[in-house]
Amino acid sequence: MTVLVVIEHDRGKLVSASLEALAAAHTIDADVAALTLGTAADELATDLAAHGAATVHQVHHDLLADYGPEAWGEAIAQAIRALRPVAVIACGTDRGNEVMAQAAARLTTPLVVNCTVLNVDQQTANAETWSLTRSRWGGSLLESCTITATVKLLTVTPHAFGAIPTAAAGTVASLAVELDPSLARTVVVERVERAAGVTLSTAPLVVGGGRGVGSPEGFAPLEELAALLGGVVGCSRAVTNNGWRNHTDQVGQTGTRIAPDLYMACGISGAIQHWVGAMASKKILAINTDPEANMVTKADYAVIGDLHAVVPAITAEIRLRKSRV
Amino acid sequence: MRILVCVKRVPAPGAKINITADGQAVDAAYLAFTTSPHEECAVEEAVRLIEAHGGESTVLTLGDRAAEEQLRYAASIGINKCVLLPIDVSDWDPERTAAAIAAAIQGIEAVEGAFDVILFGNESADSGNFQIGIRVAHTLSRPMVNGIKGITVDGTTVSARRESDAGVELYHVPMPAVFGVKEGINLPRYPTLKGRLASKKVTVDAVAPTGAPGGQQMVMLVQTAEQTSHTIVLGHGPEAAPAVVDLLEELGLLK
Repeated sequence: MTVLVVIEHDRGKLVSASLEALAAAHTIDADVAALTLGTAADELATDLAAHGAATVHQVHHDLLADYGPEAWGEAIAQAIRALRPVAVIACGTDRGNEVMAQAAARLTTPLVVNCTVLNVDQQTANAETWSLTRSRWGGSLLESCTITATVKLLTVTPHAFGAIPTAAAGTVASLAVELDPSLARTVVVERVERAAGVTLSTAPLVVGGGRGVGSPEGFAPLEELAALLGGVVGCSRAVTNNGWRNHTDQVGQTGTRIAPDLYMACGISGAIQHWVGAMASKKILAINTDPEANMVTKADYAVIGDLHAVVPAITAEIRLRKSRV
Repeated sequence: MRILVCVKRVPAPGAKINITADGQAVDAAYLAFTTSPHEECAVEEAVRLIEAHGGESTVLTLGDRAAEEQLRYAASIGINKCVLLPIDVSDWDPERTAAAIAAAIQGIEAVEGAFDVILFGNESADSGNFQIGIRVAHTLSRPMVNGIKGITVDGTTVSARRESDAGVELYHVPMPAVFGVKEGINLPRYPTLKGRLASKKVTVDAVAPTGAPGGQQMVMLVQTAEQTSHTIVLGHGPEAAPAVVDLLEELGLLK
């Protein structure tokens, strides 16, 4: 009774959430197989074996040299038809959800995305219907649901399952697929690589500004503080909706999910849309005039006061201490 | 060109989302409703594409009768036609929703001609199933890319831009094509008074939705455990600065 895990990678670079999908598969059965698409992913076999893949099925095809949602989805659908696993799991990232939806559409089967709990074990895995819990509203609500299908297609929400090193055989097997040349229509044709440096999703410190900042110019002190600490500036949806900052700076359900060591939320009320994007931060410091604001009551630390006075004071204090060293 | 945008009416998330006593729905008693954010941008994108290239735009939703409000809002910023697929509940399961939307599109296209571009949101804000647009595109045998934050129409091809951790990916997709767009592709305009008045007179075509229930069924909604943080107040006003910098030192962030 094999559980097949679709491994997400970017031209051979493993997406670490895929290891969480392997761990999730192991909660159902020890018979876990991995599926990698494209020759660039061949080198991942060792790492996948170390995380519990008894078999690594490798698919090679010219159309899989770079990412293409339709080519990937079709290859996954053909692998499922050939291998007949009891379930197929991928990580609930943008790509993971996309390629699994492509595969589900092709197989005319349901797909439950962003699962947080799989109420299934070796004894119950043969049942036609499984009971699951999945996240909704970007993680602020949970839904208990069922999936009824011969092969269960699932994705697991990032961070719901921890990656677990589990030694397994990792026997490599080659799997042939036939892809129609027309699927090239949705393969990436060109890339602009991101410049090196910290980004909102990788920064160790994020200084966030909300409606309370008041204007585009009001972000200058936040920029100054962030630069001093090697961090970056983020903002709430209210800020981007006002046109004060570019959407690429937006933290939240429809923006970027952040996970810095410290998130300094300045003048942000903490609407659920923003909170779900910030809740993975290790520590949160809220700076707000309103001690009852959601951001303040949910934060680890708070300064009650006007950010326009508090932020420059913090910057000055840092400069003072640095000058003493 | 002809463009279709598919949207969903969702509760505007406030500070906390409550659930009805039976766990079957979000308690809307104190919530306003809105167009799901990615789709609000999809509507704006459709209006801009028609402004740039000429043609006609249509907005479609599957939802309860109240979802007419979201169709009229789209009309108020420039969408030409409105189609409602009325259901008795707030939503259907993903397979059923996709089947109903695909059938409705086939019905419209049989009479009015094919849509060159069909836009969805990347995912709905509430149920977030990440698959409706993809299933519809597959039923219609059309290319589909999700997560799009830039669209340029060039002859018979759409250049679509998508952001990833590694940078920006570009896709050249032949029309007719389907895209799932993400917030940030544009900054949606606000309706003008003239637009609002005109939208009241727009005809909303009702199309009876068809589709068999799929294999994913909701049992109930569950509130996540309330984050109970014992907030440590470091101080009030600028006088708190030394305590904040102490914290930065303690966390190893002062280098």
